[in-house]
Amino acid sequence: MLDALDILLQANFWAATIRIATPLIFGVLGALLCERAGVLNLGIEGIFVAGAMSGWLAVYLGLPLWGGVLVAALVGAGFGLVHGVLTVPLGLSQHVTGIGVTLLATSAAYFGYRVAFPNVGTPPRIEPFPPLDVPVIGNLPFIGPIVGQQTAFTVLAFACVILVAFVLARTPLGLALRAVGDNPEAVEAQGLSVVGLRMGAVMAGSALMALGGAFLTLSAFNAFYFGMINGRGWVCIALTVFASWRPGKALVGALLFGALDAYQLRLQTITGGAVPSQIFLMLPYIFSIAALVLVARRADYPRALMKPYFKGQR
Amino acid sequence: MVDTSESLPLFSSGQIDRRRLLALGAGALAFSTFSGAALAAKEKPIKVAAIFTVPVEQQWVSRIHKALKAAEARGDITYKFSENVANTDYERVMRQYSQEGADLVVGEVFAVERPARKVAADYPDTAYLMGSSFGPTKPNFSVFDNFIHEPSFLTGMVAGKLTKSNIIGLVGGYAIPEVNRLMQAFMEGAVSVNPDVKFLVTFINSWYDPPKAKEAAFAQIDKGADILYAERFGVSDAAKERGIKAIGNVIDTAGDYPGTVVASALWHMEPTVDRAIKAVMDGTFTAEDYGPFSYMAQGGASLATLDPKLVPPEVIDLVLLKEKEIKDGLFRVNVNDAEPKSTM
Repeated sequence: MLDALDILLQANFWAATIRIATPLIFGVLGALLCERAGVLNLGIEGIFVAGAMSGWLAVYLGLPLWGGVLVAALVGAGFGLVHGVLTVPLGLSQHVTGIGVTLLATSAAYFGYRVAFPNVGTPPRIEPFPPLDVPVIGNLPFIGPIVGQQTAFTVLAFACVILVAFVLARTPLGLALRAVGDNPEAVEAQGLSVVGLRMGAVMAGSALMALGGAFLTLSAFNAFYFGMINGRGWVCIALTVFASWRPGKALVGALLFGALDAYQLRLQTITGGAVPSQIFLMLPYIFSIAALVLVARRADYPRALMKPYFKGQR
Repeated sequence: MVDTSESLPLFSSGQIDRRRLLALGAGALAFSTFSGAALAAKEKPIKVAAIFTVPVEQQWVSRIHKALKAAEARGDITYKFSENVANTDYERVMRQYSQEGADLVVGEVFAVERPARKVAADYPDTAYLMGSSFGPTKPNFSVFDNFIHEPSFLTGMVAGKLTKSNIIGLVGGYAIPEVNRLMQAFMEGAVSVNPDVKFLVTFINSWYDPPKAKEAAFAQIDKGADILYAERFGVSDAAKERGIKAIGNVIDTAGDYPGTVVASALWHMEPTVDRAIKAVMDGTFTAEDYGPFSYMAQGGASLATLDPKLVPPEVIDLVLLKEKEIKDGLFRVNVNDAEPKSTM
């Protein structure tokens, strides 16, 4: 029992928590941005894959690491454009389109990979982001080792949380974005473009999602594998509801999920096999479902979520 | 129901010597002649199609792919393959290749055991050689599996001798027989040379999530493990980053992680694949268990050459002695398919 609590006092546990949470932070932020503008983006899982593949490939082909990050974001925005065009001006079902985008983006990434590498044994590797070397904080006890194991990519994730929170809450653009997800008619009456705002939000959100994927191949690991996204995108969709569409809570949700995953990996090794490993593997997902049940009752959905807007239609 | 009643004994355990193999082979032949099940002889090159549920980079599948590629290079076969085929789609792809006139279809049917046997029954002129947890099904459905528990045992000996903390970590994909078997043999090998050794076992429930495998490995290193059994991609990376050792599995990754991977249990599909190809050419292909052709004695498994710079010479001698005993049939490594558990 003490062993189980002792885990929480290890700096390495918290370092792992942040590492596991980072791709989710990007993903939840992206999903949240889309949904705040009224568009559910189930293309997230595929966009993760496309981001992971394209960012990694760009670096493999010789771009610097940040160049890879940019490429991933652009590819994500591209798939966001596809999803946006189909769901915003054309008003197609957001569920069906999103699943379609996931299938398309996943297959396109695999196809691109196979065309680029028809004949390899083990997937080629790149030199990923190095761990941070922070002058003062790096020497602090406990905090130092936690920060020292992260990379600049994780810093970008935290910066994005602040940026998205600031834009949504404190800028006219953020106000318009929130309004377009709650009451598009009012936005139209203001003389703003509902289509333009929603398209922009979906593309920016999709770019963030792609960064989540790119983190896995550029920082957490150094190669692209088929299937390595492994449902992380879907977790983000659930975490968005948990976060009540707020960036701050999104960060908390992602960190909680990361902590539970890091915790179960450590718990598996201390129970001496008394508990089946599958129970531990379930933990983070049980948490997601339980949290949804608790939070979703009070969830304040964007009023116009999943409702296409057609100008002049009542 | 998978019909295994008529199948040959699945000798997944027990010592296999040449005589017994021959007897079994002869028995199978006699049986098939009796029931008239042998397929017609085929001209070289025969048409081979492979269907994989994962990309050909995946360790397990890469070994089958490699053996078939080699056969293609020799001119024995023409080779087509489909990778990343969803299990829900497997039956359709099998039918398509069978319909197109493939002489031999190779693949892995762990999630589609029953449908795959149904397809095979519909195409009696096609030979099937499938990775499977069950036995062969007459008349044309043969099975194989990665029985490389023998070199796994040997790598376990290396790990047991090299560990200083007496804690060895194992990170696996899913706790299924194909994985458990090798982990159990590895653990048995380690304990055989070092009774004090303890194990940490973690499963990540994914075949292909290197970042997660890496996190699991980090957790074990934090707990004191100084040698990791790398069943999945990602584990050796964690070992390399933290400056400890790793043991490879199925493929030889020592070149990718120099100084980190100290021993590897390798799987060779060539004996299995070549035998099946020859059987199809000769018209002697029947429903058989090819599992034994993944044993060391048949050249289906081996221990990657140990580097004296990484492993002390006396340990190498000890391991090579045991290897010889296994090959000569003097020592039998148990086949234990039970899920391995942490012992701390």
